[in-house]
Order: sequence, then structure tokens, then C-alpha cells
Amino acid sequence: MTGKEHIRILMGKPGLDGHDRGVKVLTLALRNEGFEVIYTGLRQSPEAIVRSAIEEDVEIIGISCLTGNHNYLCSQVLKQLREKGVRDILFILGGIIPEDDIPYLKKIGVDAIFGPGSHVADIVKFIRENARN
Amino acid sequence: MSERKNPNKLQEKREFKTRSGIPVKDLYTPSDLKEWEYAEKLSSSGEYPFTRGINPASERINWRISQYFGFGTGKSTNEFLKYVLAQGAQHLVIAFDLPTQCGYDSDNPASHGEVGKIGVAIDSLQDVESIFEGIPLEGRSLSPGGSNGIGPIVLAWMLALCEKQGVSPEKVRFSFQNDPLKEFISRGAYVFPPKQAVKFAVDVVEYCHRKGFDLTSPIMFCGYHMREGGASITQAMAFTLANAVAYLDELQNRGIKVDEFKGGLEIFLTGGEDFFEEIAARRAFRRMWAKVMKERYNCQNPKRLKAFLQEYTMGSRMTAQQPLNNVIRCTIAAMAAILGGANGLIVSSYDEALGLPSPEALRVALRTQQIIAEESGIANTSDPLGGSYYVESLTDEIERRATELFERVEEMGGALAAIENHFYQNEITRTAYHDLMDIESGRRTVIGVNKYEVEEEKTVKPMKKVTFVEERRQAQSLKKLRRERDNDQVQRSLMRVKEAATEKVNLIEPILEAVKSHATLGEICNVLSELWGRYEQGGI
Repeated sequence: MTGKEHIRILMGKPGLDGHDRGVKVLTLALRNEGFEVIYTGLRQSPEAIVRSAIEEDVEIIGISCLTGNHNYLCSQVLKQLREKGVRDILFILGGIIPEDDIPYLKKIGVDAIFGPGSHVADIVKFIRENARN
Repeated sequence: MSERKNPNKLQEKREFKTRSGIPVKDLYTPSDLKEWEYAEKLSSSGEYPFTRGINPASERINWRISQYFGFGTGKSTNEFLKYVLAQGAQHLVIAFDLPTQCGYDSDNPASHGEVGKIGVAIDSLQDVESIFEGIPLEGRSLSPGGSNGIGPIVLAWMLALCEKQGVSPEKVRFSFQNDPLKEFISRGAYVFPPKQAVKFAVDVVEYCHRKGFDLTSPIMFCGYHMREGGASITQAMAFTLANAVAYLDELQNRGIKVDEFKGGLEIFLTGGEDFFEEIAARRAFRRMWAKVMKERYNCQNPKRLKAFLQEYTMGSRMTAQQPLNNVIRCTIAAMAAILGGANGLIVSSYDEALGLPSPEALRVALRTQQIIAEESGIANTSDPLGGSYYVESLTDEIERRATELFERVEEMGGALAAIENHFYQNEITRTAYHDLMDIESGRRTVIGVNKYEVEEEKTVKPMKKVTFVEERRQAQSLKKLRRERDNDQVQRSLMRVKEAATEKVNLIEPILEAVKSHATLGEICNVLSELWGRYEQGGI
């Protein structure tokens, strides 16, 4: 992987949440920005998301959750990453995430959280500035 | 300062379009309605093609004021149900949690963290009984919410509950959503693959018809979820109609003519703030529906020609920024629905972008409808905008565009083909993407989001915490149930479900027996998935 134009991203929806409008339009928007984005579809287990992320050699995993189960699901994805010895994947969360949960999520290793009303430009900026080269 | 930057100037002069992309002229005149015939395009309210509404003018203001809610266990929902009834809600819509909607028991690993979250957790008849403890069903109007992938099981729960309360199901006005097709297109609460899902859903329709449940609507054709998933109004109308045709064709294949079908058929739509487009769309939809019923199914029965519109204002238009502004958005959307002739309405809660609704927000939502109904006077006459040059030409144009799209779906082989080849999904995602880009670029204004923003504290409020208390409680009661029930009887009843599915006969009776023996939702879905598989969605 060379250069920021080749940043690869895996977008996933863990759990049973079917609200996929956000994750789908963001997938298209990020592709439009020149990133390579893979969206795995609904009801992916944390194991499956991490497996795909490793297989696809992505720099970033983006998880979307709108049902309030983000704390548990994020902790499971991060646990899987740790168990597989992955340390250099940036982990981003989007969805309806209450303020109260943010300190916990940051503590367990979520790198960025984009809640309701987030702008695509801010997400793009974060990725460009933080993805590994 | 240039005029361009004057913040008080509402909008620069430019080309205006409706939200779905129909160009809007500066002024509409009689020349926009050339060759436009009152009798052909409108006729009276309650008369074909029902543009002006399905009810005779004398019955005009009569929409069903509803609320949608449900969380936690049967007991917590039961308490809330009683609260909402005391507030004056006439029609109850009960939300199921995701594991229930997806056909999993609360102790299934896939359910972890979701039990009782976005709705009430139901594993067995026991939970259903506790939801309705002390609430007689007789004469009530009620929608057991997420009954899409699991429609027949939900019907069986309701039949068993009626039996327990000693009330005849004919005396309850049930509205089952029971539309699994839209789950493959948006929202994603699917269980079985599309073909089996259609047959499973039509089992409910067939059963209710043969039993003569005239008051019940065993299926609701949903445009709502597709629109929330990003569809334009014309896409939602066309796809809803195409999906309806898939179910009704299956019903006819079972020897039940659509015209002779006894129960109700409802259409579930949603709308936002594009006031005139939303109004025109409802008028156009009724006309399209009436034509399809008449021309495709040779319907004569007025009941079948009339599209009963249940509405819910769009939750996805609620902004996280300056959430009180959403009260205004909801009011505009609700007025559009009513002026468009809605027959039932649920108003969103202004805090929906921030989490599950607060009781205060739920009350404001209900009051919005009550103010429209009892103070505004907009519903004092039928179809007050009928005859407006603008509204009529918009109605015609929306009908033309939606009909074209509907015919495209029919030409590719109907709803099942449009799902299998991802036509629906791609169309909707593309619209959603352009929508987002319009907002991001400022081409479309969303007050508080890309214009008139203020510094404000982020107010995403703590949602109902996932404490796992309810999950543990559900798991314990499941354990107890599995220990105490007659497990031989459960196994026998599950075998009968499987046999019936193999024989491809209607599954309601065997599922009712299974439900009464306290077989769980997950157990019933498992025996069926052994035959049908479970649907798996791909990525993009």
C-alpha cells in the first residue's frame, strides 16, 4: 500500500440492526473520495468483520450501529482484533451514540465516533489525517 | 455585502424542483390542466378513482390517531400501553425488539445486547400474555408491530391470546404489517428467503380470509421503510404497488379472488416536509391503486378499489441539531398527510435522531395530531386542495412517473425479480446518496444542519441503557418455560409445522398449535429454516 489514495476501508454492520442507509451512502461517498471501500452487508458477526478486514488488508474498519448496542459490539470487534494481533487498523464508529458512552468507547480503543449530524467532509478529513501510509 | 450573502433573503431565484425532482414552475394556470376532466381525474370523495379520498365526503375527518412504542419486557410494555391508552390513543402499534423481528429467541447468541432494546422482547405466548395483561382485546384496534418475517407466528400469538381472553378474533381490529418483501429492500428484518417469505406472509392473508376476519388487515404494503431507506416518493409508490401485486398474485393463485377478499388491505406510507409533493403523491397513489385493482384484478368491490393509507411521518428527517425544530417538521409532514387524505397517522417524536423517544416527545407527537384535528380546521372539508392548478398537475406528473417505474418493475418480472437483481436496492441507495450529497454541498437546505447552525451542546441522550437486566430476565423465564412445559407436546407440534411446510399447505393452524404448546419463536423458525434456509444479504 502506497500513498493515501489507496486507503482501504471495510464498512460493517454487526448485530441485527438493519438501518443501513447511513453505511451504504457513506460507502458510496468515500468511494467517491477515492478510497477503496468494502461494505459487507447486514448481520455480520464481529468475527466475520475482523476476518474480512484482515483478508482484505484494510487500514480502517468502520462500524455502524443505530440500535444502542454499540458498546458491546465495539468491544467484541476490538477483542477479535486483539486476539488476531492486529494493531494498526483504525477503528471508526458511526450511528446514534450517546455522549455518555463516548469515554468508554474511546477507552476500549475506538479511534473516532461520528454521531448523528456528522458531515462526510469531517469523516474524510479524519481518515486522510489518521490512516496509516 | 453582496445580495447573495444576505441571510434574510429566503432563497435565490433558481430552478425549483420537488424533492423527487419534478420541476416547479413560477405559476400554475388553467393551461396546465388542458384536457383535464373532473370526472375522470377526481370525481367525488369516496368515488372512483378515489383521488379525493376513500371516504364519502360526509365521513371526511376520520383518521386513526396512533402511537408506536414498546420496549423491554412484556411487563414494561404493558405499563406503557396503559399510559398511552389513558392519553387518548385510539390505535396501538407495538414495537418488537430486533431478535423477535428476526426470528431469534432472547437467549440466542445473535440476540445478545438487542433484547428488549428497540421494542418488546417476545419469545413465547407467555410474553404476549404479559403485554396484554388487563387490557381486553375486544373491540380494540391494534398493530402487533414488526410482524414481517414472522407474520404467521404473530397471528398465531394473537389467536391464542384471543382464545385465552375468551374473545372472538373477529371482534378485534388487527393490522398486521406482514410485508417481508420490503425487509430485503430496506430495514433488513428478514428471516426466510424472498420466495418462501411471500408464501409465508400470504398464509396469514389466506387464513384471515377463510376465517372471515372482516375487521382485520392481514397485510400492510409498506412504502415507509423504503423511503426511510432513501427512496424518493415516486420510487416508494411504484415499489409498494409492485410488492402488493406479488402478494395479491399469490393470493389469487390460492383461489381467492382479490375482489372477493374479505378483510382490509392497508398501505403504509411516510412523508416529509415537501408539502405539496407529499399531498399530491397520496392523491396520485390512490388513483394508481384503484386502476391496478380494477384493471389487473377486475375488482368491482369498492373496498378493494380504495387504498387505505396508514401514515407515519419520516423519522429520518428528524435532525440531531436543534431538535425542537423537528416539531415544526413533523407538523408540516402531518398536515401534508392529512391534506393528502391519510386514513391513519403516527407522528414522529422530535427527539428521534437522539435516541428512543421520551414520554414528553411522545405526548407532543400525539398533541400535534390532536391540534390539527381539533383546532386547525384543515380537515373540515374533503380534499380542500382538489382543483388547484398546481396540486392537480403535480398529482398527474407524480402518477405518470410512478406508473412508469411500476411498469418497469413488472417488465423485469415483478417484485421478486427486482429484489433478486438488486434493482430496488440500487435505485434506492442511489437516491439516498444524491440526497446526502445535496445536503453536504448545501444544494438543499436543512435548517440547523447546513444553514442557521448554532453552537449547541450535543444532546444525544442516553438511550435506554443496555443493562442486560431484561436479557437475563428473558433468558431465565425461557429456561423456566423450557423446563416446565410439556416438551413432548412441543416436539410433536413442531413436527407438525415441519410436515405442513413440506406439504406446502397453509401453516397457521399447525403454528397455532405450536404456539399454544409454548414452543418458542426461535424453535418454530428453526424447523422452517431447516427446509427453507435463512436469508443472507450480500454487501456492496
